[in-house]
Amino acid sequence: MVAATATDYPDRGSTLTIRDVSHRFDLEGQPLPVLDRISLQVGRGEFVALLGPSGCGKSTLLRLVAGLDFPSAGSLLTEGKAIEGPDPSRVVVFQDPTLYPWRTVWSNVALGLEARGLIRTHRERVEDALRLVGLTGFANAYPHQLSGGMAQRAALARALVNDPKLLILDEPLGQLDSLTRITMQSELVSLWQRAGFTALLVTHDLEEALFLAGRVIVLSQRPAHIKAEIVNTRPYPRHRGDPHLAELRHEVFAHLGLAAAW
Amino acid sequence: MRSAAAGEASSRPTPARTFLARSAARSLVGGLAATAAWLGVAALTAFWPDMPESDWAYTGDFAIACGALAFAVALAGFAGVRFAGLHRVHRLSPWLIALALFFAAWEAVTAKFGLLPLPFFPPPQAILEVVIDDRALLGTGVFASFRLLATGYFLGAAVGFVTGVAIGWSRLAGYWIHPVLRFIGPLPATAWLPLAFFVFPSSFSASIFLIALATGFPVTVLTWSGVAGVNSAYYDIARTLGASQRFLVLKVAVPAAMPHVFVGLFMGLGNSFAVLVVAEMLGVKAGLGWYLQWAQGWAAYANMYAALLIMAFLCSGLITALFRLRDRLLSWQKGLVRW
Repeated sequence: MVAATATDYPDRGSTLTIRDVSHRFDLEGQPLPVLDRISLQVGRGEFVALLGPSGCGKSTLLRLVAGLDFPSAGSLLTEGKAIEGPDPSRVVVFQDPTLYPWRTVWSNVALGLEARGLIRTHRERVEDALRLVGLTGFANAYPHQLSGGMAQRAALARALVNDPKLLILDEPLGQLDSLTRITMQSELVSLWQRAGFTALLVTHDLEEALFLAGRVIVLSQRPAHIKAEIVNTRPYPRHRGDPHLAELRHEVFAHLGLAAAW
Repeated sequence: MRSAAAGEASSRPTPARTFLARSAARSLVGGLAATAAWLGVAALTAFWPDMPESDWAYTGDFAIACGALAFAVALAGFAGVRFAGLHRVHRLSPWLIALALFFAAWEAVTAKFGLLPLPFFPPPQAILEVVIDDRALLGTGVFASFRLLATGYFLGAAVGFVTGVAIGWSRLAGYWIHPVLRFIGPLPATAWLPLAFFVFPSSFSASIFLIALATGFPVTVLTWSGVAGVNSAYYDIARTLGASQRFLVLKVAVPAAMPHVFVGLFMGLGNSFAVLVVAEMLGVKAGLGWYLQWAQGWAAYANMYAALLIMAFLCSGLITALFRLRDRLLSWQKGLVRW
């Protein structure tokens, strides 16, 4: 496990405890259960992937962790304290970059600092974040001038500028073409290693989960419960052709009832 | 040898240079054609005597004005040869020629042949006469109308904007304001006119109220729909980044709603013109609307046309100004309609 965590900055990330969390939506008076007693412990600086079929409630779980919604039952804690609402130490990167179209890339990235009144004293952090994601030359561009990959990089910079302790990634690479996606996966790993945050990634892409995460949590169909937990101790940087990853993939497929497909 | 080769190279027409030369030539030809047309109007006006027994005092002045326009067009055409920036002028020349033909025909059927009945259809020099001789009264009228319109419009737009944001944002504000808006909003502002003129202390304040009402309704509705339609993911993003309620309203909801707000501002401006003219015709004793009514009362149709013309310039100018403001503020949008 040691190799799989960001050991350079062991204190930067925060822990996350999900304890017996269930959640249901109210759909025209009918309760629709989406999460079924999920329990998960994430350590400091760990990279955990939540893998599950579309519509299984993965994104709902992330919204609960972000503090945007509250669970019907159970509790969520970071650093032992209950999550009571959104907090800039837990930042979400959504599948859609959702940059504000009326702001330049620079001011989009500056959003969090501006919202907290830190922009005057911490301007240089915006430039640092832009450099980190390789968008230095595009500070004055508007979102509609960016490609999908660049927009997602800007969204990543907008999250990283806040120096999050927990980065919540909701299929952040889901809309990118496969080549950009592969590049961004490697960049994500090196960002995580450098910054040392705890990362919680939702994805339905098994390759991505195994390439990025130290632990893959396999979720069932809705209402989601944890079906399996696969620990991936391969050191970073990982290689896509690694036969050990192929073995793990086979294992996960078996959990998903898709063993015949392999 | 080298210099000869260089000379040869520079004398060879590059595509860019050919294009520039062609564009300059087009600008010159267009400019000269328009010049000729307007010189024609000037000559027709000056050398063809007016109908006997007519006493148009400004026939000569109108001819001079046409000649001056011809001279200015010629100057622009020649300047276009030197300055690429003026090449666009040639796009105007078909319009300039068409206008010259229109004025020539107008001049001929009114002052020269006297085919159209007076006083309903005065010649162009009569309108020029009004603009020059009655400039003090017209100027006062423009000022009065503009003051009334600007006061009412800004008041209505500001109140409408704030109300729209409030309804779009707060459930409580929506609960109380929405029914009032639904009930009163669709009523044409002019229907309030008789009431407004005796409720308010002066016809000026009554008109401000009516113009503000006419402006405020579309601005409120469009601002509201803009704020209500903001992508909820924008709020999620800002909230996870630590934004306060105030930040969510001012930095997320309002800028995201701006394209809608501007649609409301355009509709409000159109409404405000209509209410302005009606209010001035029916109660206010100043302004271009009042001037129109007054001129009609005296059968001074040339004065009426002059006031209409000035009104058209004023309204078109204000709409253009609003478009400019929008293009500046919403430059981040793709595919804006050009005015």
